Amino acid sequence: MSDVQTDVQRFLDRLAERNASRGPEPTWIAARRQAGAARFEAMGFPHRRVEAWKYTDVRAIARGDFTLSDDASFSPATAAALTLPLEAHRLTFVDGVFAAALSQLDDLPKGVSLLPLSQALDENHEAVGGPLGRLTGVEFSPFAALNTAFMEEGAVLRLAPGTVVEKPIILQFLSRANAAPVMSHPRILVEAGARSQATVIEHHVGEPEAANFTNLVEEILLERGAILTHYKLQEAPLADLHVASIHVEQGRDSRFTSFNLNLGGGLVRNDLITELNGQGAEAHFNGLFYGQGRQHVDNHTLANHNAPHTISNENYKGILDDRAHGVFNGKVVVKRDSQKIEGYQSNANLLLSDRAEIDAKPELEIYADDVKCSHGTTTGQLDEEAIYALRTRGIDEQTARGLLTLAFAGEVMEQVDLDAVAERVELAVAGKLPERFNLAGLVETAAALTDTSGE
Amino acid sequence: MLEVKDLHVTVEGQKILKGLNLTVNAGEVHAIMGPNGAGKSTLSAVIAGKEGYEVTQGSITFEGQDVLEMEIEERARKGLLLGFQYPVEIPGVKNIYLLKAALNAKREAEGLGEIPAPEFMKLIKEKIAFMKMDASFLQRAVNEGFSGGEKKRNEILQMLVLQPRLAMLDEIDSGLDIDAMRVVAEGINSLRSEERGILLVTHYQRLLDFVVPDQVHVLVDGRVVKSGDAELARELEARGYDWVLEESAA
Repeated sequence: MSDVQTDVQRFLDRLAERNASRGPEPTWIAARRQAGAARFEAMGFPHRRVEAWKYTDVRAIARGDFTLSDDASFSPATAAALTLPLEAHRLTFVDGVFAAALSQLDDLPKGVSLLPLSQALDENHEAVGGPLGRLTGVEFSPFAALNTAFMEEGAVLRLAPGTVVEKPIILQFLSRANAAPVMSHPRILVEAGARSQATVIEHHVGEPEAANFTNLVEEILLERGAILTHYKLQEAPLADLHVASIHVEQGRDSRFTSFNLNLGGGLVRNDLITELNGQGAEAHFNGLFYGQGRQHVDNHTLANHNAPHTISNENYKGILDDRAHGVFNGKVVVKRDSQKIEGYQSNANLLLSDRAEIDAKPELEIYADDVKCSHGTTTGQLDEEAIYALRTRGIDEQTARGLLTLAFAGEVMEQVDLDAVAERVELAVAGKLPERFNLAGLVETAAALTDTSGE
Repeated sequence: MLEVKDLHVTVEGQKILKGLNLTVNAGEVHAIMGPNGAGKSTLSAVIAGKEGYEVTQGSITFEGQDVLEMEIEERARKGLLLGFQYPVEIPGVKNIYLLKAALNAKREAEGLGEIPAPEFMKLIKEKIAFMKMDASFLQRAVNEGFSGGEKKRNEILQMLVLQPRLAMLDEIDSGLDIDAMRVVAEGINSLRSEERGILLVTHYQRLLDFVVPDQVHVLVDGRVVKSGDAELARELEARGYDWVLEESAA
């Protein structure tokens, strides 16, 4: 029986080993590591008496014995099958280690800098040290502290003002089936200059037998008028443990659109936070989580309306089968004097089995008086009458259930512009379908009917 | 084509059909009429495979095969299609997607590949025009927010696209105004063919002015008590059901 103290110590021992084998580092990094370790030691792993972790038991992580990987080798054929079929700029990491051979950085457009964190530090560590940690400090959570103590690899993306990136930028994290489980603590920093525009896809996937722990921290800074679409497609192996936070800071008139799509992982906790700091800033949080078997998926979101005339709009759908357990906690906070804001939040959950479970908690904290806010959460089951109706048209039961399940997720999936991403979700939720359920065929249909209507 | 023999059906312990016999051959249009509660809708529901209906005796065969042994979707793929009295709303599933998925499921069962997109579009365009439906219907979720008449037209549209071997229409005429009735009737008439059987279940004779049946059966208390040609329907309209009830009791 392991006790709490030895669990914490095991991670600190790993850190000490790593620090001993690491070469000299800039003092700010060493200081941050120390602060992270101290904070982690003081807090320990979160327990369920803490409100933010009430429904999520992290003992599977705390009791684990994870080493750090130094090796990015990965079967190219397997990698090719896992990689999203998209024309993209791509950084790939295997168990947190940068894999140059699986990356695609040749044709970065002017104004775009995309580097592995280690390289960004080598080139100019001070330029990284300024913004890094500004949004996600060691006090945010024990996991953020742990990430700060261990951070050594990840991605730094910088967009010069006015830069528009056509192709998506993919940060691909591959989890490998190792003899013994490993952990990684990726750190991502995105700095989007004024009026820049890009799509970033954070993609977590791996070999089915993998059982590793990923503890990721991502900070995104959007300057005035920047537009960023962020996909997180989490289809990690089912025994993987996944904890991540994404913290966004939004300047005036910036727009952040998030698709938080969680299909994989045995134990998953996501924190998504935006600071709406400038007037006219808009955040759109779209989420879908799908759990089966004994998966546990916890999504915590927070929109901080720190300035007047800001908008947040959230729509999260949860689909839970078997004995899966989902958690949704969405919070909208409107500061005093943040007048004329709009904050909308909606969460709907579909339980496909009697033993699946959801804990949903929408929260509004409003300290201004001239605001438009709404929130709501519902939980339901598939409509058996509709399944029957589909079957009487020749559609087999499994597909009928899949289609209705997808239909439930429709509002979120209709917003997904990338077919390659939508198809991964559809495959997971409904099985193999001949074509894109929500969009592609439809657009084609609409176009064809309109084209010929003037005949 | 369809052979129903001595069919006894129980719903929640209550005997609804009590020895029903019916034969529908290819090329024929049959109308099942009868007072409320006679078991008209039960017959089509049992043939389509709805749950909750227990067949305690008798058989249903379709082209020599035992229908009661088939899965619901298998019946549809073999060409047994039911148009509902109360079509179900299916939020989030677009009409066009349902039509394509259903058509491809049928084609797959027939050993054909998926229908090529241009061919599908041509087909759909033709059929929605025939049913006087707007193209926007295709993009809407199945039956969601449709009026009663629109739902019924949508059922016929599905028939026109899927071209069943036996089309069963359960009170397709209920709740239709005269214009919608004409469109629906034209849809049904266009389905008439040497290769196809059509089974209309209706309470009123009105539809049968537009779709003239080859045979009319009067269903009373779970049994066919009288059969005849289209003239029988007119007689029922003029005289009501009471005389048939008296005749069958005698």
